[in-house]
Amino acid sequence: MSARFWRWLADRWVMAVALLVLGYLSLPIVVVAGLSFNRPSSRLSYDFHEFTLDNWRNPCATSDMCDAVVRSVQIGFLATAVSTVLGTLMAFALVRHRFRGRAGINVLIFLPMATPELVMGTSLLALFVAAGVPQGFWTIVIAHVMFCVSFVVVTVKARLAGMDSRLEEAAMDLYASEWQTFRRVTLPLVLPGIVAAALLAFSLSFDDFIITNFNAGTTVTFPMYVWGAAQRGIPPQVNVIGTAMFAIALLLVLASTLRGRRARRAALPVAPAVGGAARRRS
Amino acid sequence: MSALAHVPTGQSAAAPPPSARRGRHRFLPYLLLLPGAAWLLLFFALPLVQLAAASLYDPSGSLSTGYALTFAFGNYPDALAAYWPQFVRSFGYAALALVLALLMGYPLAYAIAQKAGRWKNLLLVCVVAPMFTSFLVRTLAWKTILSDNGWFVGVLRDVHLLAPDGRLLATPFAVVLGLTYNFLPFLVLPLYASLERLDRRLLEAASDLYASPVRAFRRVTLPLSMPGLVAGTLLFFIPASGDYINAELLGTPNEYMIGNVIDSAFLVRLDYPQGAALSFLLMAAMLAVVFVYLRRAGTEEVL
Repeated sequence: MSARFWRWLADRWVMAVALLVLGYLSLPIVVVAGLSFNRPSSRLSYDFHEFTLDNWRNPCATSDMCDAVVRSVQIGFLATAVSTVLGTLMAFALVRHRFRGRAGINVLIFLPMATPELVMGTSLLALFVAAGVPQGFWTIVIAHVMFCVSFVVVTVKARLAGMDSRLEEAAMDLYASEWQTFRRVTLPLVLPGIVAAALLAFSLSFDDFIITNFNAGTTVTFPMYVWGAAQRGIPPQVNVIGTAMFAIALLLVLASTLRGRRARRAALPVAPAVGGAARRRS
Repeated sequence: MSALAHVPTGQSAAAPPPSARRGRHRFLPYLLLLPGAAWLLLFFALPLVQLAAASLYDPSGSLSTGYALTFAFGNYPDALAAYWPQFVRSFGYAALALVLALLMGYPLAYAIAQKAGRWKNLLLVCVVAPMFTSFLVRTLAWKTILSDNGWFVGVLRDVHLLAPDGRLLATPFAVVLGLTYNFLPFLVLPLYASLERLDRRLLEAASDLYASPVRAFRRVTLPLSMPGLVAGTLLFFIPASGDYINAELLGTPNEYMIGNVIDSAFLVRLDYPQGAALSFLLMAAMLAVVFVYLRRAGTEEVL
């Protein structure tokens, strides 16, 4: 009896702790959403005072905040585009080719992910100052591409490595040219990995504070705006942006999950063999 | 290239299949690598060299008059002598947060991997969901939760866990809580990945052989989850000890970590040699921690 009792207890106990921890993780989001409907009693107050829809009606009441959001989105798009291209090319080289110096390249890709952001931010600042480069919009983009590339490589590499290379061999054996094989077989299969990498890069760029802080000059991104406002008093619209970001990201995740589920269902009756092979590899 | 390995050898007597054409590009991998590698060398590796140089500048220079590289190694002991309490605090807070995160993260990862059944994906989304919104906005939310007028402090005061005028905000507690919260997902995800692969039959075998649940956990589950545990603790500890946002927003100068000092050295006091020396000390300390930890944990392949 005792073994079964302990297992019964262990089952419930672990799940209960897990749910409590999830509550701890979710609490700030609930608070942010709640505060987006708050009319604070004073500029420096963080307490819920009075319900209002004003913040959602005109989120740009403090116009410099919206400028900062727009700037963060621009930087995010540029950094995502460049880092996704660079990282995807590197991932292809690493998975599909054998070459000298692979170990060195792997270290070069791994190190930025293991280095404290503080060190990367200050070292870039030291470089830009020594080289006399004025800091601003473009130095932020350069920095963001730098720390996003590694994450893109890792994400795309995982997808490529899990891919069934026999599909490409089949295409080539059927006399598809290399370009056709790449265009019609490889790319569609890797695309989900590339999209995931791009989304990851954008969210890393949009939310980065530490590296940006050292390389922004007088340019203000959204995180930089929040940092500055924390000293002067936070406008409640900041929580509107926070809630909207959360909602958009959540919708993206839901959409991709649903699409994946539908694609799987659609693929099964048509090509069970191909689907099976692909799944076995992944 | 790697494709060749899959071609069944029995058929290779005939004309080589068209897929063998792939092998002819010798320079293609270098072309593919060039832009990305150049970017990383130019904007990751080169800056580190520049930072090393800056840490050895003559400390009597300034940004306006210019710095001279005099290999002033004295910058390092000077910086450490001035700011060792912040260094100790950084690693102390990060270690404390890590212990809390392990106590919370292990059961969470285990529950999602082994007990959640069809709710697995939903719970995973819940783990990463905090990262969907801005780091700074989330951290500021803790200011509301821990506020002196908030219900949390109110309850603690009512049950006398906190003195009537006691506070949570602007204390080490708030900073450690914030660190734990902000980096917990980085610990849970790799841990989940390890635990998900755990074969439950091993646990059944252990209990059939009369191992108590505690013993089965210690001898089976824990060792098998080691790779995830090692990766997770590093992914947690590195950003947590370099963080200064939590100390700034949830603490006071009494809770300042080394990041706050480096931030002000570079952006407020404009003392580049000292800031650079502190940055390098942080990196060296981190590398030492990682190296020792990996040796002790005996796991070579982390990521």
